[in-house]
Amino acid sequence: MGTILFELALTCYFAVTIIAVTGLFRGTRESSRLMLIVTWAGFLLHSANIIYRYAAAGHLPITSMHEATSFFAWCIVLIFFFLEYRYRIGIIGSFILPLVFILMLSSSVLPRGMQPLSPVLKSYWLGIHTFLAFLGNAAFAVAFGIGIMYLLQEHYLKSKHTHGLFKRLPSIQVLDEINYKLITLGFPLLTLAIISGALWAESAWGSYWRWDPKETWSLITWFVYALILHVRLTAGWRGKRAAILSIIGFIIVLFTFFGVNFALKSLHSFS
Amino acid sequence: MKVIVIGLNHKTANVETREQLAFNGPKMEHGLYGLQKIRGIRELALLSTCNRVEIYACAEDALSAAEDIKNFLAAFHNIARTGFEGSLYTHMESDAVRHVFRVASSLDSMIVGEPQILGQLKDIFDFALSKKTTGILLNKLMKTAISTAKRVRTETRIAENAVSISFAAVELAKKIFINLSEKNFMLLGAGEMAELAAHHLVNNGVKEVAVVNRTHERGCELAREFNGRAVRFEDFAHELARMDIIICSTGAPSYILNKEQMNRVMKERKHRPVFIIDISVPRNIDPEINKIENVYLYDVDDLQEVIDSNIIERKKEAEKAEHIVSEEVEKYVKWMSSLDSVPTVVALRRKAEEIRSEELEKFRSKFPDMNGEQLKAVEYLATAIVNKLIHPPTTALKDDSEDRDELIAMIRKLYGINGEDLER
Repeated sequence: MGTILFELALTCYFAVTIIAVTGLFRGTRESSRLMLIVTWAGFLLHSANIIYRYAAAGHLPITSMHEATSFFAWCIVLIFFFLEYRYRIGIIGSFILPLVFILMLSSSVLPRGMQPLSPVLKSYWLGIHTFLAFLGNAAFAVAFGIGIMYLLQEHYLKSKHTHGLFKRLPSIQVLDEINYKLITLGFPLLTLAIISGALWAESAWGSYWRWDPKETWSLITWFVYALILHVRLTAGWRGKRAAILSIIGFIIVLFTFFGVNFALKSLHSFS
Repeated sequence: MKVIVIGLNHKTANVETREQLAFNGPKMEHGLYGLQKIRGIRELALLSTCNRVEIYACAEDALSAAEDIKNFLAAFHNIARTGFEGSLYTHMESDAVRHVFRVASSLDSMIVGEPQILGQLKDIFDFALSKKTTGILLNKLMKTAISTAKRVRTETRIAENAVSISFAAVELAKKIFINLSEKNFMLLGAGEMAELAAHHLVNNGVKEVAVVNRTHERGCELAREFNGRAVRFEDFAHELARMDIIICSTGAPSYILNKEQMNRVMKERKHRPVFIIDISVPRNIDPEINKIENVYLYDVDDLQEVIDSNIIERKKEAEKAEHIVSEEVEKYVKWMSSLDSVPTVVALRRKAEEIRSEELEKFRSKFPDMNGEQLKAVEYLATAIVNKLIHPPTTALKDDSEDRDELIAMIRKLYGINGEDLER
């Protein structure tokens, strides 16, 4: 059952990606509406899959790499819907939803078995800590997509390439604003995730901070985004610089998410 | 019944001819009543704008009606037919329908995609409606023309491509800024093109307008025009940091703003984006400025390139629009032919026959022990009633009366005869 739901959601996101990519070349109102409908279909199936696994495991299903990647993708779609209904810029989907599909595809090739949770981690902190962390990172992922859109549109404006995709992309200022908002959303979420993680670590392992690679890299991520916010507010690093920084920031997020689990030995690794 | 369009527009006639044939003010109503008196014309509407004069009519004999309309135009406007006949176009049947749809969709306009014509068309049809000169054909024609125009607008990007310097400037500004109404705008210098662009920007709603001119009086004059304030030429550099959009068109022989100055300005305005349009020839603003982050500098040639690429795009969109128009014309023509009386009479008879045989069948199963003769009598009775009932509508349909089209539509509605019934 869970598998079927997952495969159906994956299929929807695949269809969405095709619509999204063709939308870059010949977007119409109809195609962006279709994209939204199929995204909703995928999201609902995806949610059903997560609920199913939640019920089976008795806790938020993020205890295997398969589950974590899938949940990360789910959070990104959530942020995407928020942007879609706040700003109504259809083309944003073209830059974000393919990322959702890639994450789901990677999730689909990872082992799907349910991992028994070590008793020491059984706590309500599991849900709180991971949900905050995932949602914060999802905001950074979307900021990454918006950053790419900004760089493209900025390049078109500077080089006076004023047709094709230029017409479909929104104004650079609105992209800059969205980018800033996403980071101001993601940053406190990450902060809370780190704090709740520390509290949980104290109750589970007996110390707040143990310089576990995941902790270290989360702290690095936190500093990068703190820096992004800092230079924007003090030195006026907006626009292009902010866009580039949000792209770099997300690469670090990706490393913290995947790299640490695969390359480094961590307490956060999935056994 | 045939739809006829007779008219002239900016492509076929010069301004003088258009003026001579215009139906402005009270002439509209007089013209409408005068045309109505022409024998054979059943429905009528009249369009008169600065770019076109068109008469929409429905008549059984389209050729003679067209002749009469031309004679009427000459007599009404008191000019010789030879004086304008060469500028007239006459479209009939599906060509006429296509013409109306193209006009409504702004495919026949001087500036393709401009939205005004649809409103004008709606107005004159409302006027004709209020004078009761239209009927079922023109009313449906107008309804379909409006929906066709809406389809063209939503399904193509025909109206979205700026093809003048001022439109291009606003289009670009909208790709840089979120909300023009929060932006300050400076007009540096004067000149026709710059003022036109400034007008267009101001109409799109900017927050504050500052006008800079070497002669302060001229500056004050322009400032009044734009509801802004005049700034002395010596002071313009101090104002730059507050300005988000700058249109520059001075007669200066060299650059009045260089990269170093602009760097300082950007620092002062905390690198918020700024859009500079340099219309002056020779250029007044160092093109190197475009290399500064968050500064977007466009000169006349750049704007011209924007316009050129838009024209190409608009042509592509126009092809899509023509396709939509063709679809709608086909639908309308099909609907018109369905109004023909013969299929309606046939469908009406068939419907009556169906009811008769159905009821007879029921009767037979209810009274199985009835003999042949009695059955025949009942059958005869049923046939007689049905025939008597459908006789008046069928004769009315065959009758070539003035309101036949309405009658056909009404009968189809009353008896519930739809498209499927007609095609069987």
